[in-house]
Amino acid sequence: MEKRVTFKGWLLPMLLLLPQVIITAVFFFYPAGQAVWQSLFIPDPFGLSSRFVGLGNFEYLLGDPYYRASFVTTAVFSGLVTLVSMGVALYLAVLADRLIKGSGTYRALLIWPYAVAPAVAGVLWMFMFNTRVGVVAWYLGLLGYDWNHVLNEGEAMGLVVVASAWGRISYNFLFFLAGLQAIPRSVIEAAAIDGARFWTRFRTIVWPLLSPTTFFLLVVNVVYAFFETFGVIHTITSGGPQQATTILVYKVFKDGFVGQDLGGSAAQSVILLVLVGLLTVVQFKFIERRVHY
Amino acid sequence: MATLTITDVKKTFGKTDVIHGVSIDVAEGEFIVIVGPSGCGKSTLLRMVAGLETVTSGEITIDGRRMNDVEPMDRNIAMVFQNYALYPHMSVFDNMAYGLKIAGTPKAEIAERVAQAAQMLQLEPYMGRKPRELSGGQRQRVAMGRAIVRKPSVFLFDEPLSNLDAKLRVQMRLEIKELQKRLGITSLYVTHDQVEAMTLADRMIVMNAGRADQIGAPLEVYANPATEFVAGFIGSPATNFLAAETLGRSGVARIGVRPENASLVAPDQGLANGTLLFAEALGAETLLHLRLTGGEMFTLRQDGTAPVPAEGETCGIGWDRVRELWFDHGGNRVRQAG
Repeated sequence: MEKRVTFKGWLLPMLLLLPQVIITAVFFFYPAGQAVWQSLFIPDPFGLSSRFVGLGNFEYLLGDPYYRASFVTTAVFSGLVTLVSMGVALYLAVLADRLIKGSGTYRALLIWPYAVAPAVAGVLWMFMFNTRVGVVAWYLGLLGYDWNHVLNEGEAMGLVVVASAWGRISYNFLFFLAGLQAIPRSVIEAAAIDGARFWTRFRTIVWPLLSPTTFFLLVVNVVYAFFETFGVIHTITSGGPQQATTILVYKVFKDGFVGQDLGGSAAQSVILLVLVGLLTVVQFKFIERRVHY
Repeated sequence: MATLTITDVKKTFGKTDVIHGVSIDVAEGEFIVIVGPSGCGKSTLLRMVAGLETVTSGEITIDGRRMNDVEPMDRNIAMVFQNYALYPHMSVFDNMAYGLKIAGTPKAEIAERVAQAAQMLQLEPYMGRKPRELSGGQRQRVAMGRAIVRKPSVFLFDEPLSNLDAKLRVQMRLEIKELQKRLGITSLYVTHDQVEAMTLADRMIVMNAGRADQIGAPLEVYANPATEFVAGFIGSPATNFLAAETLGRSGVARIGVRPENASLVAPDQGLANGTLLFAEALGAETLLHLRLTGGEMFTLRQDGTAPVPAEGETCGIGWDRVRELWFDHGGNRVRQAG
């Protein structure tokens, strides 16, 4: 039997809900509504008046090759961030799971990067790879490699991916480790007795049993790469060189606040809103179907 | 089928000695039960044979081949776990076929061997189901099936029946016994249940705090326990132990009397007197719990049809002195002269 707490009357429950409702309304519904509204207008250069253009902003965006390129950039960026952060985290979690001595220390150390704010992480990485004063860039120079992410698009992308993934590894590691430890030891032992060596066991037993964790992390990481990497990109590359690291969220900022195209920027936000809604629906449908074994 | 020898095997976890040296030679097809209370090291011993724990010292061989440093997968053993350890994401068929698939057995042969095992265990209707869709008893059978299909040289059972309800346990016990006889596979079976040990074993190892107190056939262990611990652990209800001095004996410390060997007599006509605290009538038999004049508890087992005295009544207790079990201060058996 489900146990339910019931309130007499509706005043107290409303009161309890109010703070969350206000926060959601002020910081989510109001700006979202504003964005939808603004996406239908083009303001004049001084922001004194605006002209209604209907879906003109959207029409312009979809025809804009830079905007379409940003889609590809976002896909590559979030794909790489998710792959790198989850792959490394899984590898570390498997190692930590096998440890008997000192596992607590390793775990604590591995969690630290999660406490570093994205912008701070971005600055750290930027300094390490700075073409003039960066330690890593200098060592690469000694090895004969001329590192310059300010000019080289591939290097820029690589750097923001690594910087974004780095902070995320801790989080993924925690979930993977918990997932691994939830697998009964005797199941692994049974597989060992059945003749499966480490890699076979991982492929046929551990990985399938870990799939709920993996799918959960997939969703969370893609969302992270989409929306929470702004700080890293802003500090390291500012979306450059050219447009090489301008993901959709960064383009909203760049076109709106730097380029002062508020209507176009609002239209981009609306597209993102729809995109995220779709992404969430698709992923949760997929998860519901696949994860339960 | 194979022989298994365990020679002076010891196990230490950190600084704690868990097993202090156990030796046994197991003949081909023999069913050995390792029995003892929790924490006596019986599961550790089994896991060492499986290769899931390292052997601190001593030697384990299967068919004469030293196994100490051989990986579990190369020992040609099969193990049934207490919680069954089925692969939750695989069907019954895949669970049973897993080991064969890894070994690269041809598909047709896998199908045949799994079908054979399924028929033997009456699992045929469930081959497509996942473990979570099965009852406890069915899961137990799948675990057995997984062990059988690989045709191992040694079967290891780690308390396989303790998660089942009492009725199913009796049924599965018989099935395991019958299956083992039919397949003739050398088996090592760990349990804390002395009834399982008595009924299944060709020979049993009674373990106590990391030592094998006694190794022998069930009835031999019952009739001739080597230590006070064995006398107390094997047999139900447990043996009564009386301080020798209260019976006016010397030369031994304690005297064991099995409840089934004692009987009620008129007061002062037996070897001890006691007042009846309560009686448990089980139908076929009645257990009488008495407090002796010296303050010790005494359990007596009599036929269900025998008259039961009123609670609080003083009775005499008698037994055949030849069947007394004598123990010295160290808990070791002292044989009666003659």
